[in-house]
Amino acid sequence: MGDLIATFGTALAGIAIFLLVLLGIYFVTGFLPGRSKERSRVAVFLGPALLFLLIGLLIPAIRTIFISLYTNKGDALDVNKFVGLSNYRKIFGDKATRMVLLNNLWWVILGTGFSVGVGLAVARIADQMKAERVWKSLIFLPTAISMVGAGIIWRFVYNKSPDPSHEFGLLNAVLTKVGASPRIWLLQQQNYVAGAPHLNTVLLIVIFIWIQAGFCTTVLSAAVKGVPDSLKEAASIDGATDLQAFRKVTIPYIMPTIVAVSTTTIIAVLKVFDIIQSTTGGNFNTDVLANEMYDKTYPQNQPGYGAALAVIIFVVVVPVVIVNLRSQRRAREIA
Amino acid sequence: MALPIITPASTPYEHLSKDAPLGKKLAASLSTRIGRAAVIVVCLLWTVPTFGLLVSSFRPENDIKTTGWWTFFTHPSVTLQNYRDVLSSSGGNADNFGKYFLNTVRITLPATFIPIVIAALAAYALAWMSFKGRDWVFVGVVALMVVPIQMAMVPLLRLLNLGGHLTISGHTFTIFPNFDINSSVVSVWIAHTCFALPLAIFLLKNFIQALPKDLIEAARIDGASHLTVFLKVVLPLAVPALASLAIFQFLWVWNDFLVGKVFGPSDLKPMTWKLNDLVGSKGQDWQRLTAGAFISMVVPLGVFFSLQRYFVRGLTAGAVKG
Repeated sequence: MGDLIATFGTALAGIAIFLLVLLGIYFVTGFLPGRSKERSRVAVFLGPALLFLLIGLLIPAIRTIFISLYTNKGDALDVNKFVGLSNYRKIFGDKATRMVLLNNLWWVILGTGFSVGVGLAVARIADQMKAERVWKSLIFLPTAISMVGAGIIWRFVYNKSPDPSHEFGLLNAVLTKVGASPRIWLLQQQNYVAGAPHLNTVLLIVIFIWIQAGFCTTVLSAAVKGVPDSLKEAASIDGATDLQAFRKVTIPYIMPTIVAVSTTTIIAVLKVFDIIQSTTGGNFNTDVLANEMYDKTYPQNQPGYGAALAVIIFVVVVPVVIVNLRSQRRAREIA
Repeated sequence: MALPIITPASTPYEHLSKDAPLGKKLAASLSTRIGRAAVIVVCLLWTVPTFGLLVSSFRPENDIKTTGWWTFFTHPSVTLQNYRDVLSSSGGNADNFGKYFLNTVRITLPATFIPIVIAALAAYALAWMSFKGRDWVFVGVVALMVVPIQMAMVPLLRLLNLGGHLTISGHTFTIFPNFDINSSVVSVWIAHTCFALPLAIFLLKNFIQALPKDLIEAARIDGASHLTVFLKVVLPLAVPALASLAIFQFLWVWNDFLVGKVFGPSDLKPMTWKLNDLVGSKGQDWQRLTAGAFISMVVPLGVFFSLQRYFVRGLTAGAVKG
């Protein structure tokens, strides 16, 4: 406890010194003549942020691009031999990594599709329901939990008991009840149907949907409530059924929000790491890009290969973020 | 960004015009009822896994390992032993979860405060100071939002670990000091700050810029300095935005695993790391996992239930983080 106070003491002292230095610069430069005074003021306000962005994001990001062109072997923090694009060639040529990319694709399709789908359905049906907020907060609750915590919660759903007469994992217990045979989920290879996603990956995507659907519901619900009553009434007078009115009036109206929510979810999907780490560690056909990037960089000590994977995440994320920022702005104009 | 106020519930079919045919009315009411029942079922289903874990965490070890948590309702037996075990700090193999809880606190508070202070300063400059290239700087900051943590992580760790040095004709100059990442939590704060800044600046600038122009210009004409305007006019008015951002950043750091795992010194890793470690090293000690997971959730759930309004706003705003 005293240790904690000491840490905060250090932190506060650090922050205080930092702000005092800024204030000092601000005060001293107050004596400068007009133009340079104004400029130094800008530097005091903007300087710290630009410094952090430079050393924490811009330079490291550029460095990562360089590292991805360098050798695979050696210490994670010391790279030296130029190998061109061979890391990228290896990623796309390697069968195991191709499965990782394919898994990621399924994550994007199923994870995003179902999160947004469930969110939209609940947002529409729960609209005007009694105690709407109570129901929505139940579905929203997992959003507050860490993904590691969520992974552990779901281990208790997917568990397999050594004693088949007493299944204590929820899924296996339900399966036993309906007469199906229980099995080991996640922690062993499952039968694979070509063209379909790996079963274990689907089980992990379920965890993600469980976390993300509440976010989608909340945002979409706000958008659904923003649709002007006059539009809905007009559709109703024209003889449209509820469902028709929803498809032809509400959905087009809230489209910018749907795009914003979908792209947000895609960004989260592409970086999913914690869920994998706290369940399978990427084994049994569940590996994804962000996890592979970590494994290659640290435990396996192949910084070049890991950096190339990071660059791939970056390249995929860029267009999604751009679409997201645009549609967020449009969604905000409507709301 | 403010969410519309939730309107009071009304009857399901009042929007159907009064003279709609009876059959249509009945069909509409029936499908509405089925839909609502489905939503209630889904919402309850959503709660089952968390509820199951909560129940499990109070069951004795032997019960957890032999029967499902639902057995609790027919054969209830309650214990706090799991919590005692996981929090215990004595013995070489102790989990000492309390220590990791404090580690998370120690990481989270400064890593929430520092980026918001820095972002508020920058946002003010970008919104209300006039200088050449202002819009370009802002575009550059927004552009950095596309950099995922994975992309910056490795070189930033190297910089914080080794420092930045420049060697010119035999003399080595230190441009950037190195932090002893094996013992100091500073590197975790810095990493979180860097990864938080683009979004924080973006949101705060948009908010601060939307404040009434007259107010700020009047203060400036009256001779108030930028510092006075920032502290006395802008900050008080920006409290709603600062609060949403603070809650979002707080929860983000509290629940973070990757940054803590990579940047945290082995003795100062966050709770999420310890949880994941428990999965790997004591995967069969399920009773400890239950208690540990719940201890890690107490604070986020508290924030969720007490500050839901800000929580929602922060979450919708924080869409493109990291």
